[in-house]
Amino acid sequence: MEANALHDLTAAYALDALDPEDARAYEAHLARCERCREELAELSDAAGALAYGTEAPVPPPELRARILQEAARERPNVVPLRPRWAKPVAAIAAVAACTAIGLGIWAATLSSQLDRSESRLARQERVAQILGQPGSRTISFARGTLVVAPNGEAALVLRNLAPAGNGRTYEAWIAAEGAPEPAGLFEGGGAVAIPLDRPVPEGATVMVTKEPAGGRTSPSSQPFAIVRNAAQS
Amino acid sequence: MSETARPVVRSFAHLSDEAVVALLARSDESALAELYDRFGRVAYGLALRILRDDKLAEDAVQEGFLTAWRNADRFMPERGKASTWLLTLVHRRAVDLVRREDRRRAEPLSETAEPEASVSAEDDAWLRFERERVQSALKQLPDQQREALELAYYGGFSQTELAERLGQPVGTIKSRMFTGLARLRELLAEPGNGEAAWKPTPYTT
Repeated sequence: MEANALHDLTAAYALDALDPEDARAYEAHLARCERCREELAELSDAAGALAYGTEAPVPPPELRARILQEAARERPNVVPLRPRWAKPVAAIAAVAACTAIGLGIWAATLSSQLDRSESRLARQERVAQILGQPGSRTISFARGTLVVAPNGEAALVLRNLAPAGNGRTYEAWIAAEGAPEPAGLFEGGGAVAIPLDRPVPEGATVMVTKEPAGGRTSPSSQPFAIVRNAAQS
Repeated sequence: MSETARPVVRSFAHLSDEAVVALLARSDESALAELYDRFGRVAYGLALRILRDDKLAEDAVQEGFLTAWRNADRFMPERGKASTWLLTLVHRRAVDLVRREDRRRAEPLSETAEPEASVSAEDDAWLRFERERVQSALKQLPDQQREALELAYYGGFSQTELAERLGQPVGTIKSRMFTGLARLRELLAEPGNGEAAWKPTPYTT
């Protein structure tokens, strides 16, 4: 979709009125368009106000207890990288970097080559978290390494990737059984470590293509990197 | 659990919503309880309006809050208010469910649920005030813009579905949504419409 057409989707996105494909394309665009991010913040607050425009009956009291119980049950799964302010960014990056050195990757790139328009810290944390998970498997291939955690969360680490170029982006894809699904956009220009946007099941293939800026919902070119998450034997 | 959580909750009263979400990112369960006490009722009302079914509405609220619990560290204050973030998570979940169940309706609920005794009078008064404020702002919009906003937000219709249903090009729907939402924002910000910066109601039993 054209960037201009994507700008126009801000209100519909704020209202959750986009079809899934458009929503994904818009989110990819959002990572790169500051104007849309600002506009979305404003329009989302207006959309959020609509929540107050309807009758608000009291929910059953069990609902509160159920939510708290379920949260407590999930708690041990939360990765102890927090509190954020007690652990400087450098320390988190260092954890990621140490693991990355083990994978044969130049450490500094982890903190320098992440997409600037996204929350770098959030990406770093996610990569560090995936690399650090016990039982994570690393699968090396010609262009780099794929790391898959036991729960399927995955990070892709690529060496020496040329810059995607003006108006272009790299896009990762995951093909399980059907058509490849978009799994994240990133810029080249050195080594790259990105968390993938969706889990990688066993037997699935991860690919990278070069696409027009903003990304696409299906690949438009031949992948130049392919790696398969082969089933464990 | 609700018996033990109450006294803890009290200590959060002075915190902004954003501060509570920061605590949520540290997996602080009492922060989750506080967030629920601030927004659970609005979230439930919203989910019920969209889904028209109490069980499904409860599911949407539960999943919305648990998504917030899991992803609180991804909340970015520069991208909007914490309340917007949370209500968006619930709204998105409700819209997913309504599209799946295909039980969408945008008409107001006909029967009003019976208020329960345990609700604080402040909560009630504040929610009524907010509802009137938002509804009066909506009424000031041209009918077509209001219709687009209501069908999208409360009805869970996508812009493509709306275009079909209303027999209009998607571009027209898009621009009604945009103009309507931008105007709604202005109306809500006008002093006459009572945008006195809201402070969370402290708990008074």
